[in-house]
Formats: sequence, C-alpha cells, structure tokens
Amino acid sequence: MVLTSVPFAEDVFTWPSDNPQLIGCRCPECKAVFFPMQPSCGVCGSLEVEQLLLPTTGTIWAWTTQEFLPKAPYAGGETPETFKGFGVGVIDLEGVVRIESRLTESDPDKLKFGGKVELVIVPFRTEGDKEIVSFAFKPV
Amino acid sequence: MRDVVVLGVGLHPFGRFGAKSAIDMGADAIRLALGDAGITWKDVQFAFGGSFEVDNPDAVLGRVGRTGIPFMDVYNGCATAATALEMTADGIRSGKYDIGVAVGMDKHSSGAFTSDPVHYGAPSWYGEAGLFLTTKFFGMKMNRYMHDFGISHQTLARVAAKNYANGVLNPNAFRRKALSEEQILESPMLNYPLRHYMFCTPDEGAAAVVLCSAEVAKRYTTDPIFLRATALRTRLAGAYEVHSSSALIEDQPAPTVFASRAAYETAGIGPEDVDVVQLQDTDSGAEIIHMAENGFCKDGEQEQMLADGDTKIGGRIPVNTDGGLIANGEPIGASGLRQIHELVRQLRGQAGERQIPGNPKVGYSQLYGAPGTAGVSIISR
Repeated sequence: MVLTSVPFAEDVFTWPSDNPQLIGCRCPECKAVFFPMQPSCGVCGSLEVEQLLLPTTGTIWAWTTQEFLPKAPYAGGETPETFKGFGVGVIDLEGVVRIESRLTESDPDKLKFGGKVELVIVPFRTEGDKEIVSFAFKPV
Repeated sequence: MRDVVVLGVGLHPFGRFGAKSAIDMGADAIRLALGDAGITWKDVQFAFGGSFEVDNPDAVLGRVGRTGIPFMDVYNGCATAATALEMTADGIRSGKYDIGVAVGMDKHSSGAFTSDPVHYGAPSWYGEAGLFLTTKFFGMKMNRYMHDFGISHQTLARVAAKNYANGVLNPNAFRRKALSEEQILESPMLNYPLRHYMFCTPDEGAAAVVLCSAEVAKRYTTDPIFLRATALRTRLAGAYEVHSSSALIEDQPAPTVFASRAAYETAGIGPEDVDVVQLQDTDSGAEIIHMAENGFCKDGEQEQMLADGDTKIGGRIPVNTDGGLIANGEPIGASGLRQIHELVRQLRGQAGERQIPGNPKVGYSQLYGAPGTAGVSIISR
C-alpha cells in the first residue's frame, strides 16, 4: 500500500514540495518575523503582516529532550509503552527568527549548542492510508 | 499612596486531600488568616480570590459568610497569587478600602499541566506536535544557562536536596522526605538536564493573607509587617518564554528581571538588604536562574553559592526555607500566598524548626509562569 503524505496542519510548511520551507510571516512596518503565520504583528500590532518562507537551515540556540509522553493535545499516537523520547530545540534560522521545533536527534551527546541543523519533513503518525507528516530539524 | 500592612496569614497544607474541595481549603486558609490577624470576616471590606481550576473562587463566600462585599476572581498563570496580592494591596493603597483579603486555592490532578494551546495564542498543532509543555521550556532554558554560565548537574541536585530537606522541617509541606543528591541525580530524566526529583508537582492547597492600611493596623499590632512593594510584568517581544513557537533573534531579559527592578525601586532597597527569599522553583534550574534574575548573584555565581550552602537555612541568603514548590507542590492559585505566609512566619520568628537566625527584617518573593508573566513582592518589618 502506498501511503499519501499529508501535513499534520495547514500552512505550517510548503507541501508537497521538493524543497519544503516553513511558512512564517514578517511585519513590513517593524520587520519582526514570526512562526507560524499570525494575523497581526507581535511587536507593533500592525495588521499588515506578510507571508515569509523561512530559511531551511540554522543553528541550535537551545535544546532539551522530551522523555515522558505528553498529555493531550499531543497527537503522536504512542502509548507509554511505545513512546520514545525526542529532542526539542530553539533553532536560529540564519538570523531571521528563532523557532521551536522537534529534533530528529535526542541523544544529549550528539546535540551541540551552535550545531548546524536543517529542516526535514518526517512521518508523524499513520491514519488509514494516510501518512501524517510533520517537520523537524536534523543535525548536519 | 498609603502604606499596606500584612496583618495576617493563613495556610491550608499543600498535598493531596481526597474529596476535600478547593473551596473548602480556601475557606480554611481564610479562617486561619483572620484568626492570625485578630479580625473576623465581617471586618473584611473586599477580597480577591485566585485559582486555575476553580472558575469562581468567590464561592468561598458560601463558607465564610455572604456579607455582600466585592469579591474579584483572578487567574494569571503561575503569577496568579502575586496578582491577587497586588490587586488587594492596590485597593488599600488607593484609599478605597481599609481591610481586604487575598486568597488562593487549587486542586490539580497529578502530572504536568496541559491546556489548549489555542488559548495561549499558539496554534493547535503546537500541542499536537508535543511542544506545548512548560517542563520542556524550563529544560531548554536551564540547559542553555548551564552551557553559558558553567552550572553543573550537581548544583541542580543540590537545590532540590536543599528544598526537600527544608520540606522535612515544614509540617504543611507535601514532600516531607529528605532526598540525597545521588537519589536526585539517579531519578529519570524528564527534560534534559532536569530529572524527575528536580521538578515540583501540581497538587492541592490554599493560602490567604489579610492586608490593611497602616493606620488600621495600629489597632491590632505594635509590630506590623509592611508590604513594601508588589510588581507584575509580562514578557517583552524577543524574550524566549513558555509556549513561544518563535522568538525574535535579539534575546531580551525575562519578565522577572523587570518585575524585580520595579519592586526594589518601589521598596527603596536592593537585594543586599534582603534577609530571606522565596523564588519560583518550578524545577531546581528555575531557582538557580531566578537567583540571578532577582539580583541575588551574578550569572554563574550560583555554582559556588550552592556548594557553600549559602541558600540553606542558616546560610548567607536562605532561599525557599519552607521547601519551595519542589517540596510543597504547586496549587497555582495559592502558591505565591504560601510564599508570603512563609516570609511572614520567618520575619515574626514563628518558623519553628526552619527559623533562620539573625532576626530577619526583609523578605522577598517571586513567581514566574506561563505564558511569560512574573510577580515580585517585598515585605519588611
């Protein structure tokens, strides 16, 4: 069975795409950048925010691990028995904005402050013949 | 603005209490605070009640007396109690009222807090992806802090061990068992570098304070404890805070830094004048960071201070003498009023086995929580 890849949420990353990018926004007034899109600027309140496709590479500004199964609304589909911890990071996307993301790596020995990472689209869970995909950053 | 006195404090123990409702715990705390102040509920002209789980804390009126007074319900994340305290103080400072009560109560189920991220201005997927966790934020912030300022895992364990040891001395605490640094460092990792025994837990409890004008206080006491300052602040654009799906590139100080500065300025004192401290120790890393954010040391000095026992009872600057959140747990609405209760007990010399020496005169308390809100209160004799 061939699974159809479906993004876990609309308007988070460009999909389908050979070079997917996270979809953020920028305020033309004060130049502040946010992720994901939001209806107004979080710095000056302007309603004129514009879509901005974000860089796909960056560096780890901070990281931690998530080693217990989060309560709802977490929707990864695991049970306490099947849950495997994952890494989480704040990624500095080439000086454009810092964003929070899951990391593909959760081994503290392999996660470095300032380490280079790139955006990847990863399987999140399966629903019937649909593979739900989400985004993560992978050390390079 | 008029001076405000903390006339009485009351605390329902923190922990787990079966079928007992948060409202009934709140009523107990109010009765204790009234008794401590030497007044009755009929003397109270207004009140603020804080809770996360209880929609209408003013239901406590049905337990202590429906006198018709204005009773305002507040919720402001982990800073809820600091907010109830400030609003009550403002009612007296302004001259509108002479005697008021701030009460906080909560009854949480166990495990990390959760909610709907949409109510925090974050997208639904943020929760679905497993990013909507306060514990993850604290792990991230502390991991970076350790990297930047050379704090060790041992120091994280020292903070938790200190707070459990203080909890042993506190009959009202939830956790009353000492844990060694080794036991803490061997407990399961939850959010690197923070382990199970380094975190506080949501639980149950209530606390209340009676505030009054300095003039009215003369009727009841010759040795008043003044509420010198209260300050609340929210995060600036750029600060990486709880439940931030993104942050500007240029980092900003946390809201605690600004609340702290404002409170010191209002009180006309500095951190060097403080004798006893209560900090938001959601986890042991948070206590370490908050020591610096509130001016009690420079970033990185905590490593030596914890090694030297500076923040223990009897140390140079005791922190969380009642065991803090780590030993008491966090019933959100009550947590900050528990802090005030402990500071008042210490300043009056009524802290029993955990009394700090040296006749303390100035107490300092700080709260911090989602989505990036801080509250600081300073009291003194």
